Amino acid sequence: MSQSSNRVADDVRFVAKADYLKTLASLREEGFEMCVDLTAVDYLTHPGRNIAPEVLGDIALERFEVVVNLLSLSQRRRVRLRVQIAESDAVIGSAFDLYPGTEAMEREVFDMFGIKFDGHPDLTRILMPEDWQGHPLRKDYGIGNIPVQFKGAAS
Amino acid sequence: MTATENITPSQVGDITAAGTNEGRQELQLRKDVSAKEILRGSGAVLRMSESEVAALAGTQSEDQTMIINMGPQHPSTHGVLRLMLELNGETVLRCKPVIGYLHTGMEKTGESLTFMQGGTNVTRMDYASPLNNELVFALTTEKLLGIDQDIPERAVWIRMLLSELNRISSHLLFMATNGMDIGAVSMMLYGFREREEVLRFFQKVTGLRMNHNFIRPGGVAADLPAGWRDEVLSLLDALPARLAEYEILMTGQPIWRERLQGVGVITRDEAIALSATGPILRSTGLSWDLRRDMPYLRYDKVEFDVIVGSYGDAFDRYSIRLNEIRESMRIVRQVLDAMPQGDYRIQDKKVTPPPRGRIDESMEALIHHFKIFTEGFKVPEGEAYVAIESPRGEIACYIASDGSATPYRMHVRAPSFVNIQTMPHMMRGGLVADAVAVISSVDPVLGEVDR
Amino acid sequence: MGLIQNVADDGLGGLEHNFLTGRVEELVKWSRSRSSWGATFGLACCAIEMMTAGTAHYDLARFGMEVFRASPRQADIMIVAGRVSQKMAPVLRQVYDQMMEPKWVISMGVCASSGGMFNNYAIVQGVDQIVPVDVYAPGCPPTPETLIHAIETLHQLIEDGQIMRRRELTGAGAQVHIQEIPAGITTPVSLGSR
Repeated sequence: MSQSSNRVADDVRFVAKADYLKTLASLREEGFEMCVDLTAVDYLTHPGRNIAPEVLGDIALERFEVVVNLLSLSQRRRVRLRVQIAESDAVIGSAFDLYPGTEAMEREVFDMFGIKFDGHPDLTRILMPEDWQGHPLRKDYGIGNIPVQFKGAAS
Repeated sequence: MTATENITPSQVGDITAAGTNEGRQELQLRKDVSAKEILRGSGAVLRMSESEVAALAGTQSEDQTMIINMGPQHPSTHGVLRLMLELNGETVLRCKPVIGYLHTGMEKTGESLTFMQGGTNVTRMDYASPLNNELVFALTTEKLLGIDQDIPERAVWIRMLLSELNRISSHLLFMATNGMDIGAVSMMLYGFREREEVLRFFQKVTGLRMNHNFIRPGGVAADLPAGWRDEVLSLLDALPARLAEYEILMTGQPIWRERLQGVGVITRDEAIALSATGPILRSTGLSWDLRRDMPYLRYDKVEFDVIVGSYGDAFDRYSIRLNEIRESMRIVRQVLDAMPQGDYRIQDKKVTPPPRGRIDESMEALIHHFKIFTEGFKVPEGEAYVAIESPRGEIACYIASDGSATPYRMHVRAPSFVNIQTMPHMMRGGLVADAVAVISSVDPVLGEVDR
Repeated sequence: MGLIQNVADDGLGGLEHNFLTGRVEELVKWSRSRSSWGATFGLACCAIEMMTAGTAHYDLARFGMEVFRASPRQADIMIVAGRVSQKMAPVLRQVYDQMMEPKWVISMGVCASSGGMFNNYAIVQGVDQIVPVDVYAPGCPPTPETLIHAIETLHQLIEDGQIMRRRELTGAGAQVHIQEIPAGITTPVSLGSR
């Protein structure tokens, strides 16, 4: 069978919040020119996550996780960083100075999860209206559906 | 005053009333400003909130710059994109794309749909190339399931065929809308006429013209119908002559060139810094195409060229897409020759439902069908990120699973969402009419921008 | 003259019907239905099918509707094509208000008609919560044939005059539901056969 880039196991690294920007900078030196994706996950209802302790090291699992995917065009490889963010201290450094393409991605994470990015030039809501209350992708934010009303439906 | 020469602060005007001081900096010639400075401080992006702009209204005097609104209901913004343009006369200084007018909560909806149903949700994101969305979702699910190496050959080649035909139909849509935006209104008719042929093939194969939900985890939903080869061949035979017509109508035409050459220029460093992918990145001269550089499906078994531009302008992006149609046709011909026999989906009872005929015969089949369609199949705990090359750039799906039948978190990295960030930098110093050309050359699909 | 005063006061309803003015009213309704211009309100996937309906294979020009006016002041029919999000709802209402009477609304697709498959916080569950809808066109997306069916239904209602009277009484739209025409029923002409 042919070589497929998706066959190789992903390079996933757990990074402490304090080392996040340093790690990004060193990865950028290493050759990861592009940050293709920056998103977050709310592990409120699934705190365990089933991660091997040796992978995690001495990083404590928190409610939010910011996931950053970097791409090296020259070396044709990807790396994924997972940073734990506590609910009580939902701030992390902004990657904008290293990777300006994260501007919109960080705004989306702020809008959907409420995680603030320190040093971001314009941290405002991007998808929801500017005066919207709440952060929709959090697990304690309901989906907001209207119960469908027809006979015999289980609600 | 020429658009791109030095504009001194006195001409820009005093806008400190708005709370920004970006306008006070002298706007130097683009080539003298480093990429980082352009992106952070020297102000191509208008960073004011909507309420601030509204408060500005009425306080500006005549020699100041004007902030006007383009969209969200506008014939040329390719959907509900709103641009706040800061204009000096007719020259665009800074711009802020305001999105969210099509936000559908698809990522939240995805958390309550099973993995089998996920395709219906994801396919409506980039509605110009729905099969690519489904493909990336299916590939990510398969990676989590651990069956990504076991997908039958025929299923993989069918996926490639559909993905390339979708690329053709998406680029034809681009041809049509780009032509209309620039002013070649008849191009709208020609582009859609060709697109109908592709959609008719899709309708025969998948049952729907758009938003097919055909590529599912495990393979595809059904086998190709009898006579599909002739359909594809007739499509491939008819297209080259039409593309030649487009060349005559547009590529060589002086007005077209005047409108697009030198408009919306972006440099390679800017594009990489802004995480732009797809034709935008390729127009700067960087030859990066996931199909060739990080191949998925069987793209390493087919021969095709990656089209690259040299100037990073809108004309390059138009040419790239036109020639990508030709390259996709080349790939489709190779797929036609190489299409193997076999299953169209993996024979794994836990993942794919049994054939409908067997439900009448076997109790087990009935139970499996029932469980898969009501509860859904369970996906092991973990997370995966898989990226493919959509007509707009790198589209990727990040799924975090908690072991249940629905994704715990489903995120789609939409290329247009990221590519829109390049628009302010492309528009700066150009005219408002060029702004229309720039939006069109970025080819955003607002469904995937807003999700 | 009394007739002119009546028309100035009550519009077409002020015509005292004799065989001449009856003809004029018929003529007005006929021409309204034959040359209605649509306002561009393409939002999502349905917008692509709406554009397709305007192009060569399906050709809305035969029904007088190939012109989609960007300016609501010049438009008669607003085809809401696609899902309406919370942020877009005020814009929709504003564009509807800016249209001149007589105006009609076609809700194209299930997302516009009822929220479609997106029953969540972000999508308005049916555009009839914001504007009065005259025809609902089902489908996800409706095939261009379905859209043409919806448009022709609306044109028939305009020509009959029903729709104007109902609007005066209740303020709501006609709310006609039509049958979807599935894809593949009609076979457009193939490129090769020429």
